[in-house]
Amino acid sequence: MSATTLPRPEVPAQARLRVIDCDVHPAMRSGAELDRWLSPRWQQHRKEYGLRLRQPFTSTYPYPKAAPALSRRDSWPPTGGPPGSDLAFMREQHLDFHDIEYGMLQPLSVRGMDERVQGFAEAVSTAVNQWQHDDWTSKDKRLKGTIAVAGEDAKAAVKEIERWAGHPDFVQVSMVTRALEPLGRSRYWPIYEAAEHYGLPLGLHTLGTSGHSVAGGGWPSFYYEEHQAVAMSLSAMVASFIMEGVPERFPALKMVIVEGGFGWVPSLGWRMDSHYHALRSEVPHLRRKPSEYLKSNFWFTTQPVEEPEKPEHLRKLIDWIGWDRLLFATDYPHWDSDDPRYAFKCQMSEAEKRGIFAGNAKAVYGL
Amino acid sequence: MTVSTQGAIDVDLHPALPGCMTLLPYLDDHWRDEIIGRGLDDLDLSLWPRGAALTARPDWRPEAGLAGGTVELLRAQALEPFGTGIGILNPLFGAPALHNVDLAAALCRATNDWVAKEWLDKEPRLRASILVPVDSPELAVQEIERRAGDKRFVQVLVLGAGETLLGRRVNWPILEAAERHGMPIALQIASSLRVSPTANGWPSYLIEDHVNFAQTFQSQLLSLIAEGAFSRHPKLKVVLLNAGIGWVPSFLWRGTKEWRALRREVPWVDRSPAEIFREHVRISCQPIDAPPDPADLATLLEMIGSDDVLLFSTDWPHWRFDGTDAIPPGLPDRLRPRLLRENALATYPRLRETVQ
Repeated sequence: MSATTLPRPEVPAQARLRVIDCDVHPAMRSGAELDRWLSPRWQQHRKEYGLRLRQPFTSTYPYPKAAPALSRRDSWPPTGGPPGSDLAFMREQHLDFHDIEYGMLQPLSVRGMDERVQGFAEAVSTAVNQWQHDDWTSKDKRLKGTIAVAGEDAKAAVKEIERWAGHPDFVQVSMVTRALEPLGRSRYWPIYEAAEHYGLPLGLHTLGTSGHSVAGGGWPSFYYEEHQAVAMSLSAMVASFIMEGVPERFPALKMVIVEGGFGWVPSLGWRMDSHYHALRSEVPHLRRKPSEYLKSNFWFTTQPVEEPEKPEHLRKLIDWIGWDRLLFATDYPHWDSDDPRYAFKCQMSEAEKRGIFAGNAKAVYGL
Repeated sequence: MTVSTQGAIDVDLHPALPGCMTLLPYLDDHWRDEIIGRGLDDLDLSLWPRGAALTARPDWRPEAGLAGGTVELLRAQALEPFGTGIGILNPLFGAPALHNVDLAAALCRATNDWVAKEWLDKEPRLRASILVPVDSPELAVQEIERRAGDKRFVQVLVLGAGETLLGRRVNWPILEAAERHGMPIALQIASSLRVSPTANGWPSYLIEDHVNFAQTFQSQLLSLIAEGAFSRHPKLKVVLLNAGIGWVPSFLWRGTKEWRALRREVPWVDRSPAEIFREHVRISCQPIDAPPDPADLATLLEMIGSDDVLLFSTDWPHWRFDGTDAIPPGLPDRLRPRLLRENALATYPRLRETVQ
């Protein structure tokens, strides 16, 4: 392979590039840990029924993952518990090791929005947010929380946003990307109104058991397919936001698409525009070409970084998207996480590196 | 007058079939009674509403009757202005989306007979795809076998999204029959919508369904690759119609990266997905979905890494371009003969046998 990697000379502290990691996964030691932030009524419910998702199993997925706990083999804390559950070990292995300036938490293993019982969905979301605060952001100021909301009931989601808005530890709102309906649809708009009002970006990490197959052709057989199809589901989600006129209605709303890579982004713009030519009368609420919204309201985290056969094609790809649209992310501690030292197999100028590894995130999140 | 597309092979022409009543002469008594007795006629697919501008170019809408409705319209609008040498008919008829596979099979059979009599018999420049009831592989194979003797039928035409992903084991007999008869399998923007069109549920707008179909095509390719279709069928070709090529580089990069990490799950995938794609997948050139700067088309094609992929098409009577500008702007000169004829001849062995 003709790939080149970033040069790694020793640099003095003041010139060094500190990384903002837009996708870090904290984990609970077990589901029962949730009880610390649940009322007795929901503690009882959790013990008896657990989470009820739109999938066949109570505690695993119909596409078995590539690794135990979906994680790097070296990320299991020596103190026990699953990867991502021990702050001290996360500091040692990740935050300190890579000199992370800020890490955006994305809790996945327990989440409210997928839960079928709406009352429990809300209780779980509140608990997950309280957990991020009590066990993570209040203990390490580098870590920033994500306001998880039970978004299938917009009213409840807005209440949860208002609970945390203005708290310096919480910098964005998260929903599952595979929801019951495409996220651009109007049932979710009150959430966007609140997020825009409080200046909170949406941090949309690929996730969700919507009951819909991962792509329009039906259910695939393999994790290999399901894992790659993540980018396809995010493309459809972004198309929904744009075609429903969400950026038109909430022009200051920022959407950060997390863990979809970015190779698919330009082609989404080209295809939306080519079809807009004949079908614009269907979406008269759009006042600009669809691709233009990609460049005003959307950002994309980098992991998994695309690996073209020729390194210069990676640069061309970023030219098409815009060097200001990409935010670096590792996806620590998952098996397919990116290492900031090696992820980009192309040359970048100092300014380009500073933008992607930190500056763009600072601008989006106002850090 | 000689046009720049003189002699082209147009792989994507859509003859409009008014409905089941038109097929009565091609159906047996039982199905005739069913069609008439139950009032079944129009089976237009929801992805192609007749009134939408995408479905028919303004100057290709006749004053009376259906756009794409007659062989005379086809000659005047698609064959003559482009100097087309050979055109392949892909009927966008909804029969395969019916739940009753026997009914679907009867209507597909009748559609293929109608295409032969009303189109192929009347115009020697035409070839056609065999519309099959894809949700019943058994009946689909029967239809392929029934038609295989007529060399004017050059490929198998399936819904872009049917009951199951095309690579899944249940569909293997269709792949086997297609390869055996030297027929590519073509997927068009057509769906029985057995599952929602996206992982996120049902979008509101037609424009979303068409934009997102680029992802549906990818899910089909990924399924065929992951299930080992191209390892088992080294001669099988897949033709995507209206898929565009903008997404191809990211599909190849991601597919290869994921395959390196996860190939132990699919050990029968014996080469990188990029290599498999380049050998087995072809895409019609309308729409192209390339960068807005024509100079970037060459870069996009370099990323795709093959001169064999693109096939010429007008997508008649759909509205993709105006006038006769069917060649994507910025196409490098060396690719022109590949696009217009050579790639199609290499893709369709049955066409090769009858064309010099």
